[in-house]
Amino acid sequence: MAAALAAVLGTGQTKHTSKRTDVSMAGLCREAIDRALADAQVGWDEVDAVVLGKAPDLFEGVMMPELVLADAIGATGKPLLRVHTAGSVGGSTGVVAASLVQAGVHRRVLAVAFEKQSESNAMWALSIAVPFSMPVNAGAGGYFAPHVRSYIRRSGAPDHIGAMVAVKDRRNGARNPYAHLHQPDITLESVLSSTMLWDPIRYDETCPSSDGACAVLIGDEAAADAALADGRQPAWIRGTVMRTEPTVAVGRNHANPQAGRDAAAALWAKAGITDPLAEIDVAEIYVPFSWFEPMWLENLGFVPAGEGWKLTESGGTELGGRLPVNPSGGVLSSNPIGASGLLRFAEAAMQVMGRAGDHQVSDARTALGHAYGGGSQFFAMWVVGSEKPGVRR
Amino acid sequence: MSGFPEVAVVGFGQSPQVRETTGTTNGVEMLVPVFQRLLADTGLSRREVGFWCSGSSDYLAGRAFSFVTAVDAIGALPPIAESHVEGDAAWALYEAWLKIRMGEADTALVYGFGKSSAGDLRRVLALQLDPYLVAPLWPDSVSIAALQARVGIEAGLWSEKEMAEVAARSRADGATNPHAQLREPLDPAGLLDTPYLADPLRAHDCAPITDGAAAIVLAAGHRAAELCERPAWITGLEHRVDSPVLGARDLGRAPSAGAAAAAAGTDGVQVAELATPFTSQELLLRRELGLADDVAVNPSGGPLCGNPMFAGGLVRIGEAAARVMSGQAGKVLAHASNGPLLQQNLICVMEGR
Amino acid sequence: MVAAEAPLSAPLEVGFDYTRSLGPVLSRFVTALRDRRVEGVRGSDGRVHVPPVEYDPVTGQPLSEPVEVGTEGTVVTWSWMADPLEGQPLAHPFAWALVRLDGADTALLHAVDAGSTAAMRTGMRVRIRWAEQTVGHIRDIACFEPVDAASPEVPAVARPEATAEPVTMITTPVHLHYRHSASLEESRYLRGLAEGRLLGQRCPECAKVYIPPRGACPTDGVPTREEVELADTGTVTTFCIVNVPFLGQRITPPYVSAYVLLDGADIPLMHLVLGCAADEVRMGMRVKAQWRPREEWDTTLRNIDHFRPTGEPDAPFESYAEYL
Repeated sequence: MAAALAAVLGTGQTKHTSKRTDVSMAGLCREAIDRALADAQVGWDEVDAVVLGKAPDLFEGVMMPELVLADAIGATGKPLLRVHTAGSVGGSTGVVAASLVQAGVHRRVLAVAFEKQSESNAMWALSIAVPFSMPVNAGAGGYFAPHVRSYIRRSGAPDHIGAMVAVKDRRNGARNPYAHLHQPDITLESVLSSTMLWDPIRYDETCPSSDGACAVLIGDEAAADAALADGRQPAWIRGTVMRTEPTVAVGRNHANPQAGRDAAAALWAKAGITDPLAEIDVAEIYVPFSWFEPMWLENLGFVPAGEGWKLTESGGTELGGRLPVNPSGGVLSSNPIGASGLLRFAEAAMQVMGRAGDHQVSDARTALGHAYGGGSQFFAMWVVGSEKPGVRR
Repeated sequence: MSGFPEVAVVGFGQSPQVRETTGTTNGVEMLVPVFQRLLADTGLSRREVGFWCSGSSDYLAGRAFSFVTAVDAIGALPPIAESHVEGDAAWALYEAWLKIRMGEADTALVYGFGKSSAGDLRRVLALQLDPYLVAPLWPDSVSIAALQARVGIEAGLWSEKEMAEVAARSRADGATNPHAQLREPLDPAGLLDTPYLADPLRAHDCAPITDGAAAIVLAAGHRAAELCERPAWITGLEHRVDSPVLGARDLGRAPSAGAAAAAAGTDGVQVAELATPFTSQELLLRRELGLADDVAVNPSGGPLCGNPMFAGGLVRIGEAAARVMSGQAGKVLAHASNGPLLQQNLICVMEGR
Repeated sequence: MVAAEAPLSAPLEVGFDYTRSLGPVLSRFVTALRDRRVEGVRGSDGRVHVPPVEYDPVTGQPLSEPVEVGTEGTVVTWSWMADPLEGQPLAHPFAWALVRLDGADTALLHAVDAGSTAAMRTGMRVRIRWAEQTVGHIRDIACFEPVDAASPEVPAVARPEATAEPVTMITTPVHLHYRHSASLEESRYLRGLAEGRLLGQRCPECAKVYIPPRGACPTDGVPTREEVELADTGTVTTFCIVNVPFLGQRITPPYVSAYVLLDGADIPLMHLVLGCAADEVRMGMRVKAQWRPREEWDTTLRNIDHFRPTGEPDAPFESYAEYL
């Protein structure tokens, strides 16, 4: 028996910024949740279950904060799940929430992911030295920069590709009222001349540290049909996938991880997609350091290995290009770590629902949401579409 | 809802429950032997497992992303379908159950682990409380449980004597459990003369500090019979959460446990494994779940004989399932909990056929 | 072979002074505390919540109507803290209690300085003992005390001006103490380092050599117990130049953080490359460990201060490409 159908009925997110000092954690979540419920036109009483995702509790210094947030997020008296899969968690949250509907357990499920990392310091939390280790670790950027270097070497990509992605994503972000960074006037020259933080990654090619939240309301077939009949386009979930591989293992390809490739292949098969580059109208992929765009384009199978940078360089990933990537501005424009994956999933849904405002890709009917985490080892992805999936497999 | 596959527990394994493991907070050392044994018992190979899911806590380990290295215990190449919950592994079992139901996998291996001895558990758990107005006072987990114990005592819901009887019974049962940490019986006569640990709780009223790990294999209907002679079929799996505001709750109650049990359908259970690390909580939960007097509660000895945090609920499910798989019981329930004072509760009902 | 002994362990301190923004409802509450007043909030059903909650526990609606309550109240339940832990309100034995302040319908958790359990009982009357300095924090309530307790003379403190800024943030230090243990395999590797030796570990199934050892072979899920002694020379597979300062940083930037594939190992380990300009480091560069003086050696990879270029020709890309 195949899974039941599920669809996104509404999404919501906060205005992301470096320090949301105007709200508590509960207030931050509610801003996103209230918007999602309004967007879905679903009342509190109609939510059957809540799935909350966030990155390590160390960021906020609260152990299992979903428990203290139960009242605020409308979970009291209901089933509540807490997902934690490192940086991909926002994506996993969407996948788990969808599975509650796809397994026929609930009719409407609220997925919410947040991070209020200004309560501590993200670099500190990511760099805590463990006894007996050599404290070379320099945060996420320091972890990924060597692998970016090996990508550049292997692919022969020219130096400016990373900067091109940064320019594109920040300019896109400037069209997104919720994005943390608004840099409409950013240029290739300004990015290339910004400080090298972890050579080869520059300051302007690096995601910000943001406080923010995202919420997605997922409903079953009947709820989605009703929304459509009411003139509100749902985003049908055509497939979800999660894959994991070890952090360190002989033969791991850190720039093009097997788990990512396997996940994408499984996802395309589930969603009935045979030519991703042609059939995906827009992709929201997790790019916290600009070079990850060409790397993920290859990993996801949009282009062959070594060719990702060419699609970027051709302008193909711009808003009006062949495959718009991160029209929302992506993680480079806003990075509340626990929420970023769900933001990708939500933005993909917004595109096929026609609700992406100034960063709407015209005639977007099929979209990819992608998240990764850990040492490029955890992957969570979904494909959403404006057309109801046909015959069940 | 018809049409979705049934799911059964077909295997359960656990590490010895010890005061301090020589293993690390990564859990790998505790998990590797458990996985090897469990896979051998079921005849399942590592690569056949359709979905892996774990429960653990960064705050137990003192490190962010502490669950990540546990994946080494699996051998996750080629890559696996895997997820993680920051909480008791019983909720990881729930996530795995969903995956099987929706047809994503026909087997799943769920695991949980915790090395409480690495830190000061009693203090760390204060961080589960409201971060603005409560946690800054560092109310420790035992003191909070003691507040609840007193509520029940003064309302006549339970007595210190009944609490001591729970302890004595549990320890007598623990003596028959080769995995339990505390296996020496307690003399019920002298218990009420022992000093208070946190008035009105005494040492015997509280679970010990335990390091441990556990794992369960779930299988979809058609596969369950291939992997196990007498699968423990999950006929009810429900969970709910209560408000976190301690001062606004009736501490003598756990409404979310009652609601989960009602939804799961617990009539006729013969055995109940309850994740109650305090004697008063067992008495509270018996009442909340409406358990008949002849239901055997924690025949494994329960958390009072060994309480591996974040694996504890999974152990309860495994112990209850084991009674079905061995033919000792026909219908059982297992309970798991997250948060202070039974704030979040899960009930798993299983039956043999 | 290094003798098998007990695993190594060391303290791990995890701490941060978290800065929390309160939002409007909690901000109001702590601002009132600063002024030595207590304000709760009215719930959807009319109940007065003290401490206040931002969202109603039943309806989930945002709450905002402030209600001033008394500074005396009744103990709803209590327990005894015989041996106070770090960070708790009092350093001598005290009672934890849920206290329902006069005018409130819910109870606040705090300490009661009762002196002994004999002085505690459910239903007793207690009053707030204010901190000498109130700043806008739950600890402005130093604790509660029995109403019949003789109150020490506290100089009257002038209430802050009504126009004083509301308190919108609190700082909460969270400092935790752990004992971190290395695995048995890692301990052998660390003890090897203390002797100036680099001990890798081979997986019995795939035969690959890991250094530092993992808890189990990540590919096969089995312990990697067979020791393989490795030379302290190797190849830089890839690297970055760290320029960014950050909290808790131990090495002064700029420095080269590199993956070094030791000769004979199958995974690279992370270390520093010094002894040349940072921009002279290359993928494929041959390097050798520069050990600290022997008398400084301990059970740590820091015995190697850094790796330095040997001057040999770079290793060909194909020889390390599979290790990237």
